[in-house]
This record gives sequence, structure tokens and C-alpha cells, in this order.
Amino acid sequence: MSAETILEVRDLHVRIASRRGIVRAVDGVSFDVPRGGALGLVGESGSGKSMTLRAILGVLPAEAQVTSGEIRLDGVDLVQLRGSDVNRLRGPKMAMIFQEPMSALNPVMRVGWQIAEGLQVHLGFSRGRASERALELMRRVGIPDPARRFRAYPHEFSGGMRQRVMIAIALSCEPEIILCDEPTTALDVTIQDQILRLLTRLCQESGVSLVFVTHDLPVVAQVCRDVAVMYGGQIVEQGEVREVLLDPRHPYTLGLVRSAPDFEYVRESLVPIPGSPPSLVSPPSGCRFHPRCAFVEDDCRTSETPLRPLPGGRSTACLHYERTLEAVEADRARP
Amino acid sequence: MTAPLNDTTAVVPAEPLLSARDVSVSFPVGSRVNARFRGEERLLRAVDGVDLEMRRGEALALVGESGSGKSTLAQALVGLLRTDRGEIRFDGKVLPASRSRADRRRIQMVFQDPYSSLNPRMTVGGMLRELLRVHHVVPANRVATFSAELLALVGLSAADLSAYPRQFSGGQRQRVAIARALALRPDVLVADEPVSALDVSVQATILNLLSNLRNDLGLTLLLISHNLAVVRHLCDRVAVMYLGRIVEVAPTEQIFSTPRHPYTRGLLAAIPRMTEGAADGSAPAIAGDPPSPLRIPTGCRFRTRCPIAQPRCEQEDPVLAAAPGLPGSADSPGSLGSPGSHDSPGSPGSVGSFGFPDGAEHLAACHFAFSVVGDGAGTGRSEKPSANEHNA
Repeated sequence: MSAETILEVRDLHVRIASRRGIVRAVDGVSFDVPRGGALGLVGESGSGKSMTLRAILGVLPAEAQVTSGEIRLDGVDLVQLRGSDVNRLRGPKMAMIFQEPMSALNPVMRVGWQIAEGLQVHLGFSRGRASERALELMRRVGIPDPARRFRAYPHEFSGGMRQRVMIAIALSCEPEIILCDEPTTALDVTIQDQILRLLTRLCQESGVSLVFVTHDLPVVAQVCRDVAVMYGGQIVEQGEVREVLLDPRHPYTLGLVRSAPDFEYVRESLVPIPGSPPSLVSPPSGCRFHPRCAFVEDDCRTSETPLRPLPGGRSTACLHYERTLEAVEADRARP
Repeated sequence: MTAPLNDTTAVVPAEPLLSARDVSVSFPVGSRVNARFRGEERLLRAVDGVDLEMRRGEALALVGESGSGKSTLAQALVGLLRTDRGEIRFDGKVLPASRSRADRRRIQMVFQDPYSSLNPRMTVGGMLRELLRVHHVVPANRVATFSAELLALVGLSAADLSAYPRQFSGGQRQRVAIARALALRPDVLVADEPVSALDVSVQATILNLLSNLRNDLGLTLLLISHNLAVVRHLCDRVAVMYLGRIVEVAPTEQIFSTPRHPYTRGLLAAIPRMTEGAADGSAPAIAGDPPSPLRIPTGCRFRTRCPIAQPRCEQEDPVLAAAPGLPGSADSPGSLGSPGSHDSPGSPGSVGSFGFPDGAEHLAACHFAFSVVGDGAGTGRSEKPSANEHNA
């Protein structure tokens, strides 16, 4: 791997034991995050995007397990590390921002001390220095009146302010990479706008890398340069975010874009993706999207569909992506 | 829409199907301690003097941040919450605080979360049977066929009648919820965030279904949503709520092309676009959090976050009104916007805007709504002007 890559995920497999059998939640996912870069992982519920993130952070649920693959953070394979060693990396090397700040924060601990805690535990700061730094962080993330708010409890904060606290905690130990799991989904659109701008600015200032999981396509376009679209535990398309969303090369991406009501222009009717997401206990053979795909051909049902590179730094898992290309052009030709 | 008319006095406005006049809903929540020491109120005024009209067959959207009172207003209209003040009229008559079964039947609701709004221990058929029997919608021997017809209407099969909610996916459950609401053959369907809990690819099927049902059954639709893209796709008119008040109401295309209230402009500018990034370092569309409804600012409620607030905004509470000179403006008699000037029900001019010339349907509650047009004040992003088909 090059020195410019901070996170390298190779052929990651996560399996979950359930009553119905083994769920192949993440099935051969590979991607790189460049130093200072931002990668979006988008997909619907059950696509494996959150599980990928949790595997990186080492916080998979008890029934889930990384069965094979590599997760290299700054050259170190996290899959091979023991729990306590991963623990030491959480904070100084990687940090996480969750969807629900209320359940991620300690309800009976003052907010300021929650921000200071990481500094004391991971970097050995004294109480005084840690609280000073916490105050400075609160200012940086735009919490008004930090001296007073330091002593407040999470329930006294609004949703947006709680998410700012989460960001302050994530930034506190100056990590190399921040993993975000739908950080703005629970927020109002005006607050979401504030948080996305704050996050983007802070990442640019400190050069921290970002992995951003969301189901919301326009949100990804706000924060990330690159995007990977996930379906049924696999990445089906990857590339520069605006190229992928505005000019897709996989029928699933096209389906997502077509089915979402668009703010910029109004269509006669939305085009839903027929059918429902695949079972990950016994996924369909060949391309996992083939039972729902409008462009399906015989070889889609049988041959494996690994992600393959296209000219221009993009990649797709579709065997017949030209069909998607034609559909996009036909869409565009329509008035 | 309607053609511009020269003599507006000759127009007899069409009676709205459902209307709210000066409706307020509040909840006793505040603590005695906070009331004493922080000057907070003990009544949370969730909806605070709202006037709203729905015409037969139209789709009206109610948008706003959480806590703006949009769901509370909807529940008051449906009759699930009691109003403190004001009246709700349906089809020409005032609905009493406790409604008769026949009145309740005509306004039905679909809730956000199809996982918690369906009884897990009843089959779909059981739910529908109970409703149809209690409300005597069809004779007993027609119940089974009518239930099957209902499911067909929402795209499910008759075999699903014997299934329990847990056997359905989220999108299918929302179809069941819609079928249940339609079972009583309502005139008005109120949908509170009907697709927020669903995946993107499934959202489209429900939105298309609502749109088709509206066309096929002539339903009047009140859609509550925080997603303005959904609203733009489905609705004819939009009402924007902020802290318990309606701050702007206009035909959909006008809201998106020429928003008048600074809050609406901010709300539009805050929507993430596929084609733009947040990395340009510009300021957020609207700064800060909405104030607590227990401490509503004096004067204009939005002034604490407003980019164009003036000293006047602290003193005077702006009324919801059309541009000066048009019927429905603050200076015209029988104004729709000013709560003090309600005419007796049914008298000409009091029921509002149907049949008024262009522009009179666009009301905003801001002192400067019609004087700062076009400068995109404070939003950071200018709105793309789109062709207004209504003038064509």
C-alpha cells in the first residue's frame, strides 16, 4: 500500500449467526481511503454498510464475526489485533460518530468531562489540561457559551448540539480517520446543513480522513469526494461521487437515483426498484441484483460479478453496464 | 389553476372542504420551578393560532422542523387532539370537540411508523373487518369482498387478508395502513411522514400509490413531511410552519421559485443537492437551533435566527398576509391572515383565496416578505428560478 492510503480494506467478510442460518452481511468488500480523503458508503438497510463500519472499528455485535479479509489502518491489520490493542487505537487513530448521539453519550456525566475523558485515558492529560482542551474543542465545534455548557448533561442539549459534542469527542485525540454512521439522519434539514458544513470544515482544517455511511445520496455529495454503493453485502459501484450519482454505471445505482424524488426537477412519476432486497442467508447466484434488474441477461444469473475497473478511475460490478449507460442517456434526452 | 380575473369582487370563493380558524393546541408540560425562576411558560403552545384551508381534491403539504407543530396540527384536524381555541370546519359545518362517528370517518390518518401503528395481534383482514363493522361501511355480507378490493387498491393481494403485520415488509405495512385509512371511504387523508421510515427504493412505491389514489378516488390529501423533494413531487400547495405558526403558504411552484419568508428561504437552501458540496466554506443556511416552544420570542418568532431581522421584528408579530394591494393582504378588509378580523362564517370574502388573482394565494408572515424579493437575503445560495406554469 502507498503512504498516501490511511485505510485499506481487502476482501472483508463478516458473517452473523442467526436462527435462520449464517447471514453473509459483508461479502468481499474492498476499498481504500486516501489520507485526508472522504469516502461515502451508501446503500439501503441491510446492504452491509454499517457492518463494514463496525468491523473497522472493532465493535461488531456478539453474533457477528470477521471471517476473512484485512483491515489495514496506517499499515496495521486490525483483524489480527487483540481486542485490547484495538482499544488503544480507538481515539488516537480512529474515532466514530453515531446516528443517535443521545444513546452514544453518557446521560449521567457532564458533557465537558465526556469530551475530556479520551484525552485523560488515551493521551494521559491531567484533569486541568484535559478540561482546558475540552473547552477549546467545544468552541471549535460551535457550542455557544462553552464555559457554562461544560457542566451541562446531554439531556439539556438539542439534537444538533449533542451531535456537536460527538464531533468534539471524535476530534479530541486528533485521530487519523473518523467513521460516521448516518450522523445527520436524526436531525432536521437545517441542523443537518450546519453539521455537514462543520464536519467538512473541521476535516479540511485538521486533515483527518472520513468514512461516511448514509442512505441519503445528496448528503454523500455534500461531504465526500468518492462514494461506494453497496448492495447485498457487496460494493456494486465505486467512483467520484458526482460522476456516480449523476452518471451511474450500475443498474442498482440508477434505480436508487430514479426512485428518490429529486429536489431540482420534478418527474411525472418515480420509478421504484421492483422486488425487495436479497436474503443474505441464501443470496441469489451470480449478480445479487439480477432478480430485480431490468437489464438482466443469462450470464448475470450464473457468473460471479466482482468489481472491475472502468476508464476514468471508476469501477462497476455490472457485466452489462452499457445498458445502464444507454438508460441514463435516454433519461437525459427526455425533456 | 385559476385564470386571472379582473373583477375579484364578483368571484364567490369556493367553500373549502376543511378549514382551521385560529386553532391553538397546547400541552401542560412546563415545570413550576422553571416557570418561577426562568420565566418559562407552563403551557407548551404547540400550535398557536393557525388558519388553514384545504380545498376539495387538493394536496396540501405541511412542512417545518421538528417541534414546529405540524403533527400536532394534523392530529387536531383529524380529531385526535382537542383544540384549546379556534374552530375546525368540515364541509361547511363546525366540528364539535367530540366528534360523531360519522364525522371521524371522513378524515382519516396514516402514521409515520407502520411498525407501531398496526396491531401486531390482528390479521389485516381482522383489522378491516372490525372497522367496516363498527362504521357500517358495507353490509355484512359484502365485508369480505370489500376488504379484498381495498387491498387490491393499495397493491396487495386478497391472500394477504389472513396475514399478520409482522409478515410484511415496511413498504407493505404502509400499504396496509393506507388500506385501513381508506376502508372508511374518507374525503380527507392525512399522511404524517408516510415514507420517512422506509428505504429509498420503497419510498417511491408509496409516493406513487398516494399520487394514484388521489387521482382515482378524488381524495383530499394533507401530507406532513420534512422532505421538500417529496412535497414538491406530490403537492399542489405548501404551508410552512415554524414554532406553532404558519409562516408562509403558497402554491408549490411559487414556494420553490420565489420563497417570501426568510425561514422558507433558509429551509430550501439547507437541502443537500447532488450537484453541490458543503466544502465551499460558506455559512449554514440557518444558524442556531429553534427556540423552545416554552420560550417563544416576542414579536416575530423567527427573529432570533433571521438573517434580516430588524428592531421592528422584536415588537410586532407579523400576520400571515398576501402582498400589499392584493386581496388577503394585511390592509384589505376580511383578511385571511389577521386573527382579529374573522368575518362570520360563510360570508363572502372570509373563506379566502380560491379564485383570487395570481399572487393573492401567496401569503407570508414577515414584515419584509414582499419588500426584499429577489435578493436572496442571507440564504447564501440563490434559488434557481423555475418556469411558473401557472402563468402560462
